[in-house]
Amino acid sequence: MYPEYMHESLELAAKTRPARLELAKSGKPVYPPMNATEREDVLAKFHPDFTSGARSKIRIGPNKGEELTTEVTEILEAHSMVEPRLMDIHLRKPDYETDLLIIGGGGAGCWASITAMQNGINSMIVTKLRMGDANTMMSEGGMQAAVAPQDSPTRHYLDALGGGHFENKPELVRVLTEDAPQIVRELENLGVIWDKMDDGSMQVLHGGGTSRKRMVSCRDYIGAIIMRTLMDEVKNHPDKITVREFEPAVELLLDEKGQCAGAILYSLDTEQFLTVKAKATVIATGGFGRLHIRGFATTNHYGATGDGLVMAYRAGAHLKFMDSVQYHPTGAVFPEQIAGFLITEKIRGAGGQPLNKFGDLFVFPREPRDIESAAIIRECTERGLGVDTFAGRSGVWLDSPLIDMIHGEGYTKHQFPGMVRQFNRYGIDITKLPMLVYPSLHYQNGGIEINERCETNIPGLYVAGEASGGVHGRNRLMGNSVLDYNVFGRRAGMYASEYAKSVKLGNLSLEHVSAYARDMSCAGIQTDLVSPLILPSYAPEDVKLQQMARLGNTPARHSMLRTRFGRDEGKTAHGKAG
Amino acid sequence: MTSKRAAPPEAKKDEAVELPTPVNPQTRMVTVYIMGKRAVVPEHATIMRAIEYTGVQIIRGAGCREGFCGACGTLYRLPGDYRIHTGLACTTLVKDGMSLTQIPAVPMEKAIYDLEQIEATVDTIKKYYPAIFRCVSCNTCTKTCPQGLQVMDYVNAAMRGDIAEVMDLSFDCVSCGLCALRCPAEIVQHKVGILCRRLYGRYLRKESRELDVRIDEIRNGVYDAEYAEMMAMAKEALSEQYYARDIEA
Repeated sequence: MYPEYMHESLELAAKTRPARLELAKSGKPVYPPMNATEREDVLAKFHPDFTSGARSKIRIGPNKGEELTTEVTEILEAHSMVEPRLMDIHLRKPDYETDLLIIGGGGAGCWASITAMQNGINSMIVTKLRMGDANTMMSEGGMQAAVAPQDSPTRHYLDALGGGHFENKPELVRVLTEDAPQIVRELENLGVIWDKMDDGSMQVLHGGGTSRKRMVSCRDYIGAIIMRTLMDEVKNHPDKITVREFEPAVELLLDEKGQCAGAILYSLDTEQFLTVKAKATVIATGGFGRLHIRGFATTNHYGATGDGLVMAYRAGAHLKFMDSVQYHPTGAVFPEQIAGFLITEKIRGAGGQPLNKFGDLFVFPREPRDIESAAIIRECTERGLGVDTFAGRSGVWLDSPLIDMIHGEGYTKHQFPGMVRQFNRYGIDITKLPMLVYPSLHYQNGGIEINERCETNIPGLYVAGEASGGVHGRNRLMGNSVLDYNVFGRRAGMYASEYAKSVKLGNLSLEHVSAYARDMSCAGIQTDLVSPLILPSYAPEDVKLQQMARLGNTPARHSMLRTRFGRDEGKTAHGKAG
Repeated sequence: MTSKRAAPPEAKKDEAVELPTPVNPQTRMVTVYIMGKRAVVPEHATIMRAIEYTGVQIIRGAGCREGFCGACGTLYRLPGDYRIHTGLACTTLVKDGMSLTQIPAVPMEKAIYDLEQIEATVDTIKKYYPAIFRCVSCNTCTKTCPQGLQVMDYVNAAMRGDIAEVMDLSFDCVSCGLCALRCPAEIVQHKVGILCRRLYGRYLRKESRELDVRIDEIRNGVYDAEYAEMMAMAKEALSEQYYARDIEA
């Protein structure tokens, strides 16, 4: 139920709807798309990446001297959880040994274990929470794949490059777009149920920045369907794939030749550190939404704290495009309980339109995400045309009732069961009323730099999915992340398992962690922050202070949560939730 | 590319439409019992936020926090109501007097199978999950489902071997496992659901011919030359081509 004070604005949206419907049916763009100059202008003025303090220079490590997202710089300029000296004995006698260690149990991690198995290599998946507790599970709208006859992989290539402002690594975009149709088929053979037309052809829709309808989907549960299918397949091979849950990796291990040789895990249950020796390692830890960059609410899952970046960086891996953050244009703003909740871009792909408080269109509904987000922020800030909520947020309407008017009654209910259910819980029928939205922290555009074989600059270290950097440039298009973890997760498993067949490892070492600590000290970095963060804390401020009064040199349960989030929580304009 | 731009929003201001401003309602507090322990929490909190409000760091019992992953299944009772209610902690609001326990994991055995070696028939379901034939049609699973799915209907469909129906009815299942916990016949409903969904996707789907064609084209190198050309292009030329491309209606 929308509160009384929003009713007038809702009526204005209803009043403009017939004309907007006619426009949508005309086949012409409902609002003029921006040209290059307009795009640059709205980004520079309104995208959160360009606000003051959004970036700061990192003082140590492989990217030393570069401007990175401030919150990323902070977790990279932080102490390790592990005291290397005290681990010596454990390094000589690892708790687990495996050919391939896969850090992260989301889509990319599961794929890597499956293709490694197909290549005859056994693997171990270690994950922070449960397998499948990952952003993969939460993707709603679709995956890009140039399967339609009027489309082509090279068109997909051009769209992805344009969306990324032509900074993406071309060889990565090529394999992303070229592997896509094969991924559709392989997922189908694993049991994924695609939305299809009556004749069996793939149903395709538009997403932001696509020049052809290219979004394949599973209603609005694509992530849940793919994730549960991959998990089920992994669990069908307990003899070849070992899964360790609630045991996140916190540092990588190297050998004296500088080859990656496994990782140190931290058991969330027992607070002990465990050693894994592995011939090859894949980082598939996902993104960083739970860092609440710039104080934004996030669409990300609970464990998305950028752990892979931290581990890899301390081990000497190079990061790419870590100065850019993706804000999804349409996160929920109302009701407050689901602030940040992802409203799939498929809503706009199916004809939903963003409107200001007067019910007017103010931007082409399918601009690339950074542009669309910046335009919504402009509408709510400079122009003051957003709808305010009593929790202090502001948003614009996302006019969903249009969808049934365009496609016929029942379409929304069948294509968006997740959205319908979520809003019904709060008494809002999205087939009758629009949703209130504002950009929400969504995706880590950059990450650990890889090539098309998922290799990094550290031998034996592979990265796939959101943790990697290069494929999306500084802005990812809708549906290319679902594709990314499938394409590169699958590739990581293939290439890492091949490498594992021949590599000879030396002795395990944490010397790089000691060296990093010395570098921090030399650079004069003073911080009480320990990283990876592992989990964010949502305890109230006074409770947190009482928790942090605890003495002791061992990271006690929850002391891993000593974070700077204490200071400003709940005090920022955008708030935190979800 | 752009011809007629819509009127700038500033023009609207002249029409002097004054929209009302929001009013901040007082945050009321309610009493809940979290695994038996009394806590006073804000009325508008979800169960998950209420637990965190007390200072607890959730480790088991929180995942996506948006209603997809099924990590936060919760059982609760309300004052004066004998029934056990269920919900996902991330999307269910607290109520005064609510007594709740999270159920982060439900003990069960997942059948191990090779999807390539099985058939989409009732015999397959019977072989791996024979307990479904113990269903007493009590409908407790349906009443339990925090997603509001027709769980008993899909169990019945599974007994008939109607795999398409199981796929359709179980599509939105988040695998919280609460149905399996409450079932007097001790069926693992959600595991039957994923088995049938995979069987449907693998064996009962309609084939996409255009997908075969595209995969063959790529395998035969039809796009190689065009890729090579575009990968060699300078940013300016690519940009020009990008902004000039036609967009499908």
